[in-house]
Amino acid sequence: MQFRHHKLANGLEIVAEIAPNAYSSAYAFFVRTGARDENDQISGVSHFLEHMVFKGSAKRSAADVNRDLDDLSSSSNAYTSEEQTVYYATTLPEDQEPLVELLSDMMRPVLRQEDFETEKQVILEEIAKYDDQPPYGAHEKSMAAFFGAHPLGRSVLGTVESVGELARDQMLGYFEQRYSPRNMVLAAAGNIDWENLIRQAERHCGPWQAFDAPRIKADVIPHEAFQVIHKPQAVQQYVVQVAGAPAAEDDDRYAARLLATIVGDDTGSRLFWELVDSGLAEYAAIGAHEFQHAGIYLTYLSCSPENAAENMARVRDLLAEVETGGITPAELLQAQNKICAHIVLQSERPTSRMFAVGNGWIQRQQYKTVREAVAAYREVTLDDIAAVLKKYPFSRPATVAVGPLEQLAEP
Amino acid sequence: MTQKTYSHQFSCGLTLVAEEMDWLESAAFALLVPAGCAYEPADKLGLGNLTCEMAQRGAGERDSRQFLSDLENLGADSSASVSIAHTSVGGAMPAESLPAVLSIYADLMQRPHLPEDQLEDARLGVLQEVRSIEDDLAQKLMLGLRQRHYADPWGRNPQGTIETVASLTMADVRRHWQQLYSPRGAILSVAGKIDWPALRDQVAALFGDWKAAPATKLQETPPPRRYQHVQVESSQTHIGLALDGVSYSQEDYFQLRGAVGVLSDGMSSRLFTEVREKRGLVYTVYAMCHSLKDRGSILAYAGTTAERAQETLDVMTAEIRKLYEGVTKDELDRLKGRIKRALIIQQESSPSRAGSIALDWYYLARIRPLTELRQIIDNLTADGINAWLAANAPRDLTVCTVGPEPLEWKE
Repeated sequence: MQFRHHKLANGLEIVAEIAPNAYSSAYAFFVRTGARDENDQISGVSHFLEHMVFKGSAKRSAADVNRDLDDLSSSSNAYTSEEQTVYYATTLPEDQEPLVELLSDMMRPVLRQEDFETEKQVILEEIAKYDDQPPYGAHEKSMAAFFGAHPLGRSVLGTVESVGELARDQMLGYFEQRYSPRNMVLAAAGNIDWENLIRQAERHCGPWQAFDAPRIKADVIPHEAFQVIHKPQAVQQYVVQVAGAPAAEDDDRYAARLLATIVGDDTGSRLFWELVDSGLAEYAAIGAHEFQHAGIYLTYLSCSPENAAENMARVRDLLAEVETGGITPAELLQAQNKICAHIVLQSERPTSRMFAVGNGWIQRQQYKTVREAVAAYREVTLDDIAAVLKKYPFSRPATVAVGPLEQLAEP
Repeated sequence: MTQKTYSHQFSCGLTLVAEEMDWLESAAFALLVPAGCAYEPADKLGLGNLTCEMAQRGAGERDSRQFLSDLENLGADSSASVSIAHTSVGGAMPAESLPAVLSIYADLMQRPHLPEDQLEDARLGVLQEVRSIEDDLAQKLMLGLRQRHYADPWGRNPQGTIETVASLTMADVRRHWQQLYSPRGAILSVAGKIDWPALRDQVAALFGDWKAAPATKLQETPPPRRYQHVQVESSQTHIGLALDGVSYSQEDYFQLRGAVGVLSDGMSSRLFTEVREKRGLVYTVYAMCHSLKDRGSILAYAGTTAERAQETLDVMTAEIRKLYEGVTKDELDRLKGRIKRALIIQQESSPSRAGSIALDWYYLARIRPLTELRQIIDNLTADGINAWLAANAPRDLTVCTVGPEPLEWKE
C-alpha cells in the first residue's frame, strides 16, 4: 500500500492509497460543505444540491448520468452530513478513466429548472419518510438543542417550508460559494492508476475556477436541555442525548471512541448489560462523532414507554459511575481488540479505505495507514481515558424524548 | 485465477463448505441450522427467536458475559438471527481467530445453558423487538405482504406476536432446542484465509458428535393474497406488491432475475426512472427477487405521501405489467455489466463469499462456481427472458398498503 498526494494549481487536492493487487478501485469527491454552512433561508440546500448533482451537467442529462453510473460502477451513491457532501463510486480498475471523467463532470451541474422542481418533490418525500420513522426527528432536535445557535445544530434535510420555498437561483448561489476546487478533495483507494488519475484530474477539473470557501469555526457553547415531544402514534419511546466530545482534529478522539465502545457499544458494553441484556430496552448505545472543531457523544435509547423514566435514570447513574470510578484495564483491552479487529477487517475493501483516506484528508489534511490507525488505539492508556472523561463529562447532555408519553420527568 | 472451494458432509448430517481466499487476512463463517420460524408450532410464534436469544446466554464452560467478551477479544464481529427457514449464526474475524470462534459456536449449538433465571430478561428483549416493528412502517408492511402472499408457515414473521411470546415457557425453549438445533440439513460455510484439511479436521472434532433430531413435517395453508390495507396515522403511505416468481434453486431463476434487474437494479432501472426520476413520487422504490427453497416471488415497495399514493401504485402496477411485455438488449447488457463487476468485487469480502456459498448449498446442494455463474449471465438474452416472461404472466397478486387511507386496487 502506498499513499500519494497531489495538488492542482486551482487547489483541488488528490489523495490515494494504492493497493496494486486489489480487485476494485473506489473514487470519491469530498466537498467540505454541509448543513453547518447554510442559513435559515437556504436550510437543506446542501442535501438538495447533492441530489441535483445527479441531474446532469452541460453535456449530460439526468438520464445520461444515471445510465453512465450504472454502466461504469458496481455501486455508487452520495451523502450529505452536517459538514460534508460526498459522491462516491466503486468499480473495476479498467473503468477508472471513464468513471473519473463522469464523476468530474457531475461536479459541475447545470441545475435545470424542471429537474429542480421534480427533485424537490423527492426531497419532500424523504422528509416525510423520516417524519414517520423512529426516532421521529429526535436526533435533529437534540443536535439543535445542544449546539444552540452554533451552525452544527442545523438540520441536514431542512424543513418542508425551507425546501418548499427554495429557489433554483439560491441553490446556484450556494454552489458558487461552496464547490470551489480549494474546498474539495478527490480521494481514491484500491487498484489505482495514479499517474493517469493526476492527468485526468488536470484535464477535467483543472479548468474549475478557484475561490475561497470559508467556514465558520466558532467555539461550541454546550447547552443542557430536556425536551419531551408527544408522538401519540408511536409504540416505543425514543430518547436521544447529545454531549460534548473531542473534535476531528483532536488526538483525544481515540480515547473517546474507546470510551464510547466500553460504555455504550451496541453489544458487550456496560449499557448493553444494564439495559439490553436485561430486556429493559430494545436498543441502547453511545457513539462518539467528530466534526471540524467540535465533537459529540450521541446516546440513543429505545424502549417501552413504561420503562423510559427508569431506563433514563439507569443511564444517568451508569454514566455518573463511569465519571467517578473510571474503567478497568480489562475493559480497555477488550475495546482495543474489538476496534482494531474491525479496522483490519474493513481495510480489505478499497471502498472503506477510500472513505478513511478521504475523511482524514478533508477533516484534517492527514493520512494514517491501517497500522498507524491500529497503533493510535493501542497506545491509549487508562490515564488518557480518565483525562477525556474529565474534559468531556457525559453528565451535561441535551436530551430529547419522543414517543407516546406526554410527560417524562428529567432524571 | 481459479476459485478454490471445498465441501464435506459429516456423518452427523452437517455439511461443511469452504472457499479459500488466500489474499485476505480475514475469515468469515455462517452456520445455518434448519430451525427457522416455519418450524415453530402455530401457537408458539416467536419461539425460535426466544430460543436463539437464550442460546446466547452462556454455553459450554462460558456464562453469557464470558461468551461475549471472548468473542470480542478474538475480534469477531458476530451475530445471530432467525429467518423463515433457518436459525443462523455467523461473523467475520482475523483469520487466526477462526478456530477459537468456531469452538465457541459449537458450544452454543450443542451445549447451551438455556438459563431459566434469564428467561424473563430474554422474553422482554424479544417483546421489545415485536413492539419496535410497529414503529417501522416499511418493515411492518413488508412482513404483512409476505404473510399474505405465502401464508403459513412460509409467510411467518420470526418475531411472533405479543400474545404468543408472552405465553412461551422454559419447556418450550428446551424442546425447540432439542428438536431443531440439529445437524440434519445444517450448513457451516467458511470463507477467507483458511487451510482446508485443518479446517475439516477441526470441524469434525467440534461438530462430529452433534446428535441429529428427527425431521419436522410442515403443514401449509392457502394464502389469502389480493388487497389489504392497514390504517395508520402516518405522513407516508407504504405500498407493497408481491407476485409469484421462481426460487434460486430453480433452473430459470436467472430469467426472472434478469427481468427484475431491468425493473429495479441501479438508477437507470425502470422503477427508479418512472416512479422517482420522472414523477418525483417517492424517495424509496424497489423490487427484488425473494427465494424460498421451492418457490419464489417478486416483492416490490414504494413509500410516498398519502395524496400521491394512488398515482404511485398505478405507475408501479403499470411498470410491472409492462415488464411482462419484455425487456430490451440495451437494458440487459447494462445489467450484465453490473452483475459481473459485483461478482468480481465480492472476492474482496469473506463474509459475502461465506454467505453466498452457504446459500448455494441450501438451494442447489452444491457450490456454484463463479465461472459457471458468469457463463449463465453471459448466456442470458433479451429473447430468452421475454419468452420466459410471456409464458409466466403474473396472476394472484398481493397488494398491501399501510397508511392513512386505503387505495383503489383493480384486480
